[in-house]
Amino acid sequence: MKLKLITAVIVVLAAAPWAQAVEFNAIQNDKSTLAFVFKQMGVPMEGKFGRFAAQIAFDPAKPAAAKAAMDLDLASIDAGSAEANEEVAGKNWFNTKAFPQAKFVASAVKGLGGNRYEIAGKLTIKGRTQEVSAPFTFTPQGAAAVIDGSFVLKRADFALGEGAWADFGTVANEIQIKFHFLANVKK
Amino acid sequence: MNTNETRYTATAIALHWLIAILLLGLFAVGLYMHDLPLSPWKLKVYSWHKWGGVTAFLLVLARAAWRFTHRPPDLPAAMSRLLRLAAHGGHAALYALMIAIPISGWLMSSAKGVPVVYFGLLPLPDLVDKDKELGKLLELVHETLNYLLAFIVVGHAGAALKHHLIDKDDVLLRMLPARAR
Repeated sequence: MKLKLITAVIVVLAAAPWAQAVEFNAIQNDKSTLAFVFKQMGVPMEGKFGRFAAQIAFDPAKPAAAKAAMDLDLASIDAGSAEANEEVAGKNWFNTKAFPQAKFVASAVKGLGGNRYEIAGKLTIKGRTQEVSAPFTFTPQGAAAVIDGSFVLKRADFALGEGAWADFGTVANEIQIKFHFLANVKK
Repeated sequence: MNTNETRYTATAIALHWLIAILLLGLFAVGLYMHDLPLSPWKLKVYSWHKWGGVTAFLLVLARAAWRFTHRPPDLPAAMSRLLRLAAHGGHAALYALMIAIPISGWLMSSAKGVPVVYFGLLPLPDLVDKDKELGKLLELVHETLNYLLAFIVVGHAGAALKHHLIDKDDVLLRMLPARAR
C-alpha cells in the first residue's frame, strides 16, 4: 500500500517536471508571438514581428537566478500593410539598414507572488538603450510553460517616428508590446 | 396629411443641403486621398473622410426618417407618367446609394485592417475580419457606387434646373430656404 503511494507520487512528479526545480531553457518560436499595439488617429492597430531569437534560463522557483536575452529581426515586422512595412523600415522609423536588430538583455527577474513575475532589463533599438520592465505570468502547460506579458514603451525614447511622424497627434507615443512565449526544457 | 403643402419643411431643407455639401466634400476628398503616399497627412485625411462619412450616414438616416413620416410636396400636375416614374426612381436610387456607400466604406475599413473610430473616440464594430482580397473588392464597390451616385446627382441637379428654367415650376424653389417676404 505504502509502496503504491510512493510509486504514484513518483509518477506524478515525473509527469510534472515543473514541480521540481526545473530550468526552462528554450523558447519554441513557432508557438510564440511578439506583437505590438499602436494608436493612429485614435484607432488601435496591431502588428507583429516574425523573426526573433530568445535565450532563457528560468526556474520559476528561483526567479532571481534567471537569465534572458533576445535578438529581434526588425525587417520581419508586419505593421498592417506593405506600405506601412516599407515606411517603418525607413530612416524615420527603425532605419533597418543601419540598425537591423533590436536587442533585449534582462538584468533582473523577481517574483510578484503566485505565477506572476517581473522582468527588467535593457532594450536597445536604433542605437538607443533604455531600461524597461514588464510583468509576466508563467503558466505550466504539460511539460512546457506559457509566458505572457506586456509593457508600454514610448517611441520617442528610441527615436522611432522622426521628422513628419514626430507629432504624437497622428501616431501616439505609447506603444504596447505584447509577448507570448512557449518555453520548454531542452536537455 | 396636408396635400396642399407646396414647400419642403425647414428640417427637410436643412438636411438636404447639409448632406449635399458633405457628399460633395467627401467625394472630392475621396478622389484626392486614395493616391497619397503614406504620411501623417494621409492618416489624418483618411480619418477625416471616415468621420465625415459616418456623419453623412447619420444625417441620411435622419433624412430617410423625415421622408417616412412626411409626405413630400406633390410633383407638378403637368409632369408625364414617365417623368414621374423617373423622378421617383431617381430619388429611391439616391437614398439607396447614400445608405450603401457609407456601409461599403465602413466594411472596407475593417477588411483593410484600419477600423473606423468616430472622431477618434467611438469605435465602430468590425462587421468583417481583416482580409486583403475582400478589402480590394470593397474598395472597388465603394468606388463604383460613388461614381454611380455622382452620375445620379448630376441628373438630380439637372432635373431641378430643367424644372426651374424650362418648365418654370416651383420644384427647385421649394427646396431652397424660404425668402423673407
